[in-house]
Amino acid sequence: MTTLAHLIQKNYRAHPQKTAIVMQHAGKDDFPISYHDLVAGSARYAKTYVREGIQPGEVVVLILQHGEDLVYAFWGAVLRGAIPSIMPFLTEKLSPERYRADLAALIAVTQPAAIVTYPEFEADVRSALKAGDSVRRVLLTDQLEAESEPGFDQLSGLTRSPAEIVLLQHSSGTTGLQKGVALSHRAVLNQLEAYARALALTEADVVVSWLPLYHDMGLIAGFLMPILSGNTLVLLSPFDWVRAPHKLFQAVSRYKGTLSWLPNFAYNFCAQKIRERDLEGVDLSSWRVITNCSEPVKWESHQAFYQRFQKYGLRMNALQCSYAMAENVFGVTQTPLGTEPVTDEIDRESYINERVAKSPVDGKPALRMMSSGRALDNTRIRILSEAGEVLPDRVIGEIALQSDCMLTGYYHRPDATEKALRDGWYLTGDYGYTLNGEVFVAGRKKDMIIVGGKNVYPQDLEALAYEVPGIHAGRAVAFGVEDPEAGTEEVVIVAEVDTDNPAERQKIADALRRHVSQNSAVALRRVHLVGAKWIVKTSSGKTARSANREKFLNEAG
Amino acid sequence: MEEIILRLSNFIAAKILKQPNRVISATEPLISSGLVDSFSLMDLSLFVEDTFGVRIEDTELNADTFDSLEQLAKLIMSRQ
Repeated sequence: MTTLAHLIQKNYRAHPQKTAIVMQHAGKDDFPISYHDLVAGSARYAKTYVREGIQPGEVVVLILQHGEDLVYAFWGAVLRGAIPSIMPFLTEKLSPERYRADLAALIAVTQPAAIVTYPEFEADVRSALKAGDSVRRVLLTDQLEAESEPGFDQLSGLTRSPAEIVLLQHSSGTTGLQKGVALSHRAVLNQLEAYARALALTEADVVVSWLPLYHDMGLIAGFLMPILSGNTLVLLSPFDWVRAPHKLFQAVSRYKGTLSWLPNFAYNFCAQKIRERDLEGVDLSSWRVITNCSEPVKWESHQAFYQRFQKYGLRMNALQCSYAMAENVFGVTQTPLGTEPVTDEIDRESYINERVAKSPVDGKPALRMMSSGRALDNTRIRILSEAGEVLPDRVIGEIALQSDCMLTGYYHRPDATEKALRDGWYLTGDYGYTLNGEVFVAGRKKDMIIVGGKNVYPQDLEALAYEVPGIHAGRAVAFGVEDPEAGTEEVVIVAEVDTDNPAERQKIADALRRHVSQNSAVALRRVHLVGAKWIVKTSSGKTARSANREKFLNEAG
Repeated sequence: MEEIILRLSNFIAAKILKQPNRVISATEPLISSGLVDSFSLMDLSLFVEDTFGVRIEDTELNADTFDSLEQLAKLIMSRQ
């Protein structure tokens, strides 16, 4: 099996009537899609791409919501040999102007040949296009070729070589959309093989996921892996899940789900907010691996989740962890099957001040770290010092990795690619330490905030802050602080203002919250307005985010 | 109705926005503005159910059903 298209073909031939995906939509009946129907629906898209002159190797951006069209448009692109990239759909709160600006930023770097969207959204997409840009076609979901039996011979996806790029993954915001992770067929297939071994995946496994497909965890673990491995996937919409988190548990119970992936905040969210009556009759005993991934993993969150759901048959050793990133396709580590994640109690003071993970000292505060597991069998991990030396156990440094499933590069971004790779190792920008082969993630070197599993770049939020009247360019700083109750990070913006008048300050703070919330993926709550010269700058005049974070925590906690 | 709006406003300011002094006007957009983000919609529906005995379905937690305190209060009253 050399390409993704070959695996799709294999599943189509082996078990055409097996359910590939059960689509769930709030207020509608569950909708099963067999492997036969998956290929038939995707082949319609593949033929439409041919009709519209989309060539193998060209990028197709998908702007579609949870639903069949997104699934078919994605696999259709793979069957055509084109490169799909899923862009998040416009949300209720996001301003349409910002959405167009984000889309324009994506187009400028990624150079897609086509964009697929709904007829209702065509005008919005077209308004982001410029004369002379790369987009030759805006394809609408009501202009597809008629359905017919798929003839694999005519699908050029099967003629792609394993080293060619199969898909792009972006994170959110202007910065993220301009840094698409390009992955080859070979990288994806190597990752899936290694990850499947770590999970002891069989065709009997049923994956249940509500994760968005524009995110690596949703796209790889919650979409590509089950479909390419011939499993059944129960797919909920993230929009529905956040309004009715119990539906995940009902889906696991109804379809005897065995595998799910969740960001850490979801453990707290589910434990805190689900009503007992929505869990009546739910049986979670089939759920064999629930993997905590994509933001810092918290032991307390696992405890809260287990306490809440054990009476429905949840097993403690089903709660596992993974450290993952799009640059390694997905998984880097995984908790060994059937075991509980290792925890490590360390002295808090030396963790913060000396960046080492020492045993706790009597009478001093300790931290309980939870391991993200051990490296997958195709991935090697090193902890590096600033100077690039390999560090021993218990010393915190930058996590570097090497594997047979690494990114080809950031798409059309040789500068970013060169910065991220050193002697064949990918520098993750995350801090961590090892202990007997276990990997403990311990903060970030890169400036990134992870809110509810979503990566947000502080420079994008700061640029938004400068657009608010009363805040000057270079005089705001954004960073994340831990929110233990929610089990995730919360965004804070500190901004210098000229006025001391409380009513004026209130007005600026409200405007800042509103502007950032409507123009980014996060809802901004915590705004701290300060006087001139509060913000700490480096000697070269750049904003030192971590120093400002420290200062904020000391001042406002 | 004013009583309902006041209680909703106090709850959103204190528990969701964590700014107890914030006053939310009866017509201010809640959902489409991002003031009440999607992660907080469950909190709001739990509060409405516990306080007013009115159930709001998950499919109703969107700006089409209500986007202001006034609209939410009307929805509550119509079901009491």
